[in-house]
This record gives sequence, C-alpha cells and structure tokens, in this order.
Amino acid sequence: MLILGLESATAEVGCAIGGHEGVLASSHSARGKRHAENLTPAIEFVCRQARVELSEISCVAVDNGPGLFTGLRVGVASGKAIAQALRVPMISVSSLDLLAFPLRFTDRRIATVIDARRNEVFWAFYRQVPGGIQRISEPTVGSADDLAAELQAQPGDTLLAGDGAVRYADTLSLRPGIEVAGGDHAYPSARSLVQLAHAKALREDWVRPEQIELLYLRKPDAEINWSVREGA
Amino acid sequence: MTTTVPSTMGFPIHAGTKILGIETSCDETAAAVVVGGHQVRSSVVSSQVDIHARFGGVVPEIASRAHVDLLTPVIAEALVEAGLEGIELDAVASTVGPGLVGALLIGVSTAKALALVWDVPFVAVNHLEAHLYAALVEDPSLELPLVVLLVSGGHTMLISMEGHGRYRLLGSTIDDAAGEAFDKVGRYLGLGYPGGPAIDRISMEGDPHAIAFPRAMYNDGLDFSFSGLKTSVINHVRKHPESATADVAASFQEAVVDVLVHKARKAAQQIGAKGLVLGGGVAANSLLRERFLSACVEDGIHGFLPSRAMCTDNAAMVAAAAWWRLGADGPSGLDHGADPNLKLPLLS
Ligand SMILES: [Zn+2]
Repeated sequence: MLILGLESATAEVGCAIGGHEGVLASSHSARGKRHAENLTPAIEFVCRQARVELSEISCVAVDNGPGLFTGLRVGVASGKAIAQALRVPMISVSSLDLLAFPLRFTDRRIATVIDARRNEVFWAFYRQVPGGIQRISEPTVGSADDLAAELQAQPGDTLLAGDGAVRYADTLSLRPGIEVAGGDHAYPSARSLVQLAHAKALREDWVRPEQIELLYLRKPDAEINWSVREGA
Repeated sequence: MTTTVPSTMGFPIHAGTKILGIETSCDETAAAVVVGGHQVRSSVVSSQVDIHARFGGVVPEIASRAHVDLLTPVIAEALVEAGLEGIELDAVASTVGPGLVGALLIGVSTAKALALVWDVPFVAVNHLEAHLYAALVEDPSLELPLVVLLVSGGHTMLISMEGHGRYRLLGSTIDDAAGEAFDKVGRYLGLGYPGGPAIDRISMEGDPHAIAFPRAMYNDGLDFSFSGLKTSVINHVRKHPESATADVAASFQEAVVDVLVHKARKAAQQIGAKGLVLGGGVAANSLLRERFLSACVEDGIHGFLPSRAMCTDNAAMVAAAAWWRLGADGPSGLDHGADPNLKLPLLS
C-alpha cells in the first residue's frame, strides 16, 4: 500500500510518499504564501525520488485543518483531484494531531497550537496511551490568553508544539513545567501525515473525496457580521 | 505589454483534442469538456448565487469554501456527461485570473493535480480571454476582426479581436462596471441580489421613458461611466419617492443599454469589424440582447449573441480558449499560481 500525503495547512508546504516500509520520500518548503505554486511540483518530485508512479498510489492523505484557509484548501483540492482521478480513497488527519504525533514519546501532556492570525490560535490537548497518543480535547479557537488560562488551570507538565506556541511562547509558558518544544515542531509535517494515515489505512478508516470535511473552526467574517446584525 | 504568439513553443492540437476546462474565479463552480476548441461535450455549472444572496454580494471566503466542496462532483459530472474517462483527455485547463484569489487557487490546484495524474499538459487561462472565446465556441463561422462588448459585474470593455490572442482595448469603464451598477441600483431599489436579473424582470412592467436618466460620455469616445447614473437614480428616488419602482428600474436599464449598444456600434464602425459579439454576465439582460441584435441588423453587421449560459461564467469558454492557447504557447508550468489582477494581453 502506497500513501501520498499532502500538507499545506500552515506556512509550510510538504509532500511525502510511503507505506508499510515507512516514508519513501518527502519534500517540504518553507517559503510562505506560495502553496499552490509549490505543491504540484513537489508531488512530481517526491514521486520521482521514491521511484513511484502516481498510478501506484492506493490512498491520498490530506491535512484537513485547522490552519490558514487558503493554504489548507490548496492541499485538500489537490488531494481530492488526485484521489478522484485515480479512483482511490482518502484519509484526512487534523493539523493538530500531526503536530502531536512526533511528540508521542514524551510523558508530559501535549498541547498543539497553530497560529490562527488575528491574535488567535487553534489548539488541542493530547495524552499518552499505550501505543501512541490520544486527543483529549476538541480542537478549539481562541486567544492566546484563553489558552494560557486553560494551561494554568491544569496541573502537571505540558509540552507545547506548533507555530502558535512559538509565536505566543511568552504568553503561554507562564510557569515552570509548561515548555515549548523547539526544533522541528513548529509545523505539521507530511512525513507524520503519511505515518498517521498508514495506521488509519490499516483500520480502513478512509473516506471518499467528496466526504472530506475541512476543520475551519471559524465562520467566514460575513456570516459573523450577519449573525450580529440579525441578533442571532 | 505586448504579447506575441511564439508558434515554435506550441503544442500539437487538432480537431479531436479533448480539453477539460475548470472555472472557479468567482461564484460559479464549473467544469466542461470541449473537443477541438468548439465542440462542447459537456458544460456543468454549479452556481453559488443563492449562498451569497443574503449578503448582497459575493463573499470571497464563502465562495472558496463552496468551491472546494463542489468542484469534485462538478468535474465528475462533466466527465460522465461527456462520456469520457479522465485518462482520455488531452489537457486540463483552468482560469488563473482575474478573480478572487482564494477561489482561483482551488481551480488551479485541482487542474494541475489532474494534469499530473493523467500526464497531460496543464493550460493556464485568462478569464477575460475565455469570455472572448465564448462566442466562437457557439458560432465558429464568426470572422475576424470582431468587436466584443464584454459586460459583467467586474468589467465593461469593448475589445477588438484581430486574431487569436491579438486584442486591442477600444474602450472601458472609467468607474463602475455595468453589472456593478445593476447590483447597486437593484439593492437601492430593494430588489435584492443579484440586481441584474431582478431589474430585467421588473423593468418589463415599467415605462423605460418615464425618467430621462443621463447617458454619461455618450458622444465622447468609447469609454463608459456608470457611477453618475447610479447617483442620478438615488437622487431621483429621494426627490420623487412616489415614482413606481418598475418605472425607475426600466428607465435605468434603458439608459445603460442605450449607452452600451451605442458605443458597441460605434466601435464596430470605427475598426470596420466583420462581427459584433456580446459577452459577460450582463449579456444575459433581455433588453440588451434585443437592442444589440436590432442594431446589428440595422448596420448590416454579423451580430452574435451567445446563449445566456455561455455569457455567464462557465468552463466551456475556458476549455475553448485553452485549446487555442495550448496550440500557440504550449503547456503552462505546474508551478503556476493564480493572479487576481491578471490583465488581458493587449497589442500595443
Ligand atoms: Zn466572468
């Protein structure tokens, strides 16, 4: 089984291919705002590196958010197109889960935090379970102060990951025991996506392209303004 | 900037070249299969107009969300209707601009991914150029040079099409687009959104000569101006609240159509055009269609009105323009993005 993973929900763009043997090839670029320009050539490149024809792909995995709306849709639209053309199923994984996955060996609680712009962040909490990690809160959007208050209220140590954690490190690391993971943990990776999708594929936990749902967590401004005006 | 047509870079196209076109530049999600540049095998349009109606205009974020959900089924339907498997296609084209950037990127990303899977060229299409090709799809007998009056919510242009890819701008609006004027006046008169069809409908019951609204720049060149007309409508209603809405709408529509048709005829005479063609969403207006055709008959010029479905945004015109672009310029790169402000390539 070969899985193509497309990741473009945050400032980075990534693509990876892999299966039972692990990740065969991956690429990522960090030049923000050029998701659509970079993603298609990245897919072509990764296939060539892995010596795989796209027709051999048996499943397309995408990050379904939350994240930056336009980038998110570039990855999802590309993934849906490929799955539709190849007539293969899809798997979607949340960006917040993707950020938590590389931290699965820590014994601390994990909070993944993505910059949602406009002084807000998306976040979710995770804990260790035998064989991996489990999400213990619904993905949420709110201010860094809201998240800081939630962190403060929880006892024990928490490890934070994601570009939102990096950006709001001062607000969030308000006491010893709350730490922001450094290094490569700022952005969800396409490698993690392929690995997590592989586990889901083994459980046949897939969807058809038209069933992919994007996790926006925020209504379009026009709808917010509309409900305010209508008093809804 | 001048656009030359580098024939050496072209890609072999022929009457059997099958192109899938994709259009997501505004609020229509569309896909179509066109063979040989004008044989429309399928053209599917999913309009989001109802989704945006309550906001009184197109909301970009809402449009993008709808495109990403609708495009997959729209493409599937276009292929089924065409009786083709994706793998039988020879190229995949998409509008790359002008338009709403987030919306455009969904079509562009989808088209590039499909081209990659099917291992066929991707063709980047200018939305305005696609509108120019709409008429040629339905009437391949049209002879060049043509004058195209392109009227939509975003554009009001008179373009001379001297050859494939050879365009000259003869005139354009200096302020509001004609479609924008229809929307604004429609909203002001409480007729809802979109204003064009609403004004078209109510005008049938009104007197088009009830109010003499101004015809701005009527005798000055080929440019247009519609913002003063909109202001006159507002001032008139303030001063005469007793005026029947149908009369105001009909008189407004009469003024817009009068100027559009007058300038289109003048443009055709000026360049000695063989044909005069209407395009863009406003070309669906009943009065404009009627006046336009009778003007062409009077002037003895080949007038052509594309069907309403071909005037409004659709993907068949995208696939048609792509057929010619592919032949002239060859495939576009898979690193192509979207350009919300893309201009029509013009001869200097
Ligand atoms: Zn248009």
